[in-house]
Amino acid sequence: MNRKLLSLALLGSTILGSAAAAEVTLTIESWRNDDLTLWQDKIIPAFEAANPGIKVKFTPSAPAEYNAVLNSKLDAGSAGDLITCRPFDASLALYDGGHLADLSGLEGMNNFSDVAKSAWQTDDASASFCMPMASVIHGFIYNKEVFAELGIEVPETEAEFFAALGTIKADGNYIPLAMGTNDQWEAATMGYNNIGPNYWKGEEGRLALIAGEQKLTDAQWVAPYEALAKWGEYLGDGYEAQTYPDSQNIFTLGRAAIYPAGSWEITGFNAQADFEMGAFKAPVMNAGDTCYISDHTDIALGMNAASPNAEAAKTFLNWMGTSEFAGIYANALPGFFSLSNHDVAMEDPLAQEFVSWRGECESTIRSTYQVLSRGTPNLENETWGASVAAIKGSKTASDLGMELQNGLSSWYAPHK
Amino acid sequence: MKKSGIKWHVVVFLAPAVLVYTAIMIFPLFNTLRLALYTEVDQVRQFAGLDNFRTLFGDAHWSGQFWNALGNNFWFFFVHMIVQNPIGIALAAILSHPRLRFAALYRTAIFVPTILSFVIVGFAWKLILSPIWGITPDMLKAVGLKWLYAPYLGKEEYALTTLALISVWQFVGIPMMLIYAALLTIPEEVLEAGEVDGITGFSAFWKIKLPLILPSIGIISILTFVGNFNAFDLIYTTQGALAGPAFSTDILGTFMYRTFFGFQLQLGDPHMGSAIASGMFGIILVGVCIYLFGIQTRLRRYQF
Repeated sequence: MNRKLLSLALLGSTILGSAAAAEVTLTIESWRNDDLTLWQDKIIPAFEAANPGIKVKFTPSAPAEYNAVLNSKLDAGSAGDLITCRPFDASLALYDGGHLADLSGLEGMNNFSDVAKSAWQTDDASASFCMPMASVIHGFIYNKEVFAELGIEVPETEAEFFAALGTIKADGNYIPLAMGTNDQWEAATMGYNNIGPNYWKGEEGRLALIAGEQKLTDAQWVAPYEALAKWGEYLGDGYEAQTYPDSQNIFTLGRAAIYPAGSWEITGFNAQADFEMGAFKAPVMNAGDTCYISDHTDIALGMNAASPNAEAAKTFLNWMGTSEFAGIYANALPGFFSLSNHDVAMEDPLAQEFVSWRGECESTIRSTYQVLSRGTPNLENETWGASVAAIKGSKTASDLGMELQNGLSSWYAPHK
Repeated sequence: MKKSGIKWHVVVFLAPAVLVYTAIMIFPLFNTLRLALYTEVDQVRQFAGLDNFRTLFGDAHWSGQFWNALGNNFWFFFVHMIVQNPIGIALAAILSHPRLRFAALYRTAIFVPTILSFVIVGFAWKLILSPIWGITPDMLKAVGLKWLYAPYLGKEEYALTTLALISVWQFVGIPMMLIYAALLTIPEEVLEAGEVDGITGFSAFWKIKLPLILPSIGIISILTFVGNFNAFDLIYTTQGALAGPAFSTDILGTFMYRTFFGFQLQLGDPHMGSAIASGMFGIILVGVCIYLFGIQTRLRRYQF
């Protein structure tokens, strides 16, 4: 009933809008209701000033309901012109179902690297169907005051990393690492996929795994579990029942020294913590090794294939490829980094720190997200459990590699 | 006066209940059973016969999860049967004691958690047991039992039992109330007659009251069985859809939810989910039938 009313209202407003003036109104579907003011106050006015004749409306829904609401709107033909894209399979299914238009030819696409585009492409990369917006970068956020107090240098290599953890533990006043295993995903996302790219050499390893040339039992895929196994002793007491919000609070209250992080934490941490924070990237094996960072593609914008305003929508999408959009977006949401090749100046020092790694290191995305989590058992979900088991020490790293490989081989042809 | 053959008023009065019950209970139930026989290939729904069940019980990955969930479910039920129901009966026996003061207060206090939402119960207990902010570690320390503390919800060996006990805490009021009501219906004359024969105190409970409330205990057992095998909320709110640690708290409800609606990168599979739901339905049906035909018919009832 509500949905019917809503679509009627939407329909009514589009008719009224088009009747009032000969201008086009674009409607954007999104799950980012947190960003409503950012769109209304900054992004849309900037676009409308540059493109008279096109009006834009941002109409987000709740994140948890987004996929379901969007699918029913698309099926009913009442969805907006522009559609915010989840990465990988959820959007690929929309493209395969004919709901998203192929955007490969748009010139705005040229401003993005292949890695940035990979989350919204067909498996053979022949068609791109969403314009990348932002990524999140993994690393470690640390309490600068604790580091100064204990005389710890920012660690570069794995040996230095564990030496720093040892120093903090020996001092005894702070929890070395603020992470728990209760919610499971942090162990995989902020643990395994944070430190892992340095072992499997980023894209090289990730693509080889998808192609079936490498296996999860290979040393480079097992080694991150061996490193995680050493984290257990540096986590707080009772970390087995520590949840994600617990970890955030422990760190922002100043009770922990290092927080394995994703850059999306920046806004929240800036508001909560009253000490100075710094960030360092996942440690490499030996000083001077090439570093790899998880620069995970998270959000993009695509075009409804049934949109009557295709030309205006394409204008908007091309504008999203400009440095103007990248600058507005990245500064309003520190921690969500523009995926474009433009050099975006950011004011937040912590965000600057994170994004500076792009210049020093090779970017990659989380290893389990593309293709490999399509079947059952689902590799991403299995990785959660495996990372937790590694940290708790309930299974050895090589057993975990074996289990994950068996699961993957059971349904994924290149690994059979 | 001619009487019409059909008693229309019966139909009219039954209609609302029958229609509503059919629309929201019977139809979804049979549709779920039907859905379990289909599968989706290239975005087209196809009839697959019993293939989903073959996968569920034949494929090592699926059957492993299913038996794990079923085993956990039986443990969950077992804990309720040996903890919740005896405590409920004992509380009812104490409450029905005529010389107990403030009985109404105790009755209300014990029953209140039953009407709380699972989300509140789960969240409150998670905080109470939290190793970081919880009061459990400090309380145990105060009485010199710190060594008893563990992050219960995070340890594979304790998590399920802990959750079962939380659920017992929440629902112990229900057996208490039902037994209490049953105890109140026992006529004084029967007890007095027993007293004349020298049966008082504890033996009066064991020899007179308990046999008389056995039918109520049977009903409570079957309610516990159905409730536990349909359980989902508490596990989901405290441990999430993956029912950690390492699936040690996974019960049929969470397994079905995860499969049906999908989770994180796992896309939902309504057909496999329906197959699991059908399995749950079958298990509950068998359990209820065993009770109805095997136990209830043998229970002796007394009429006063």
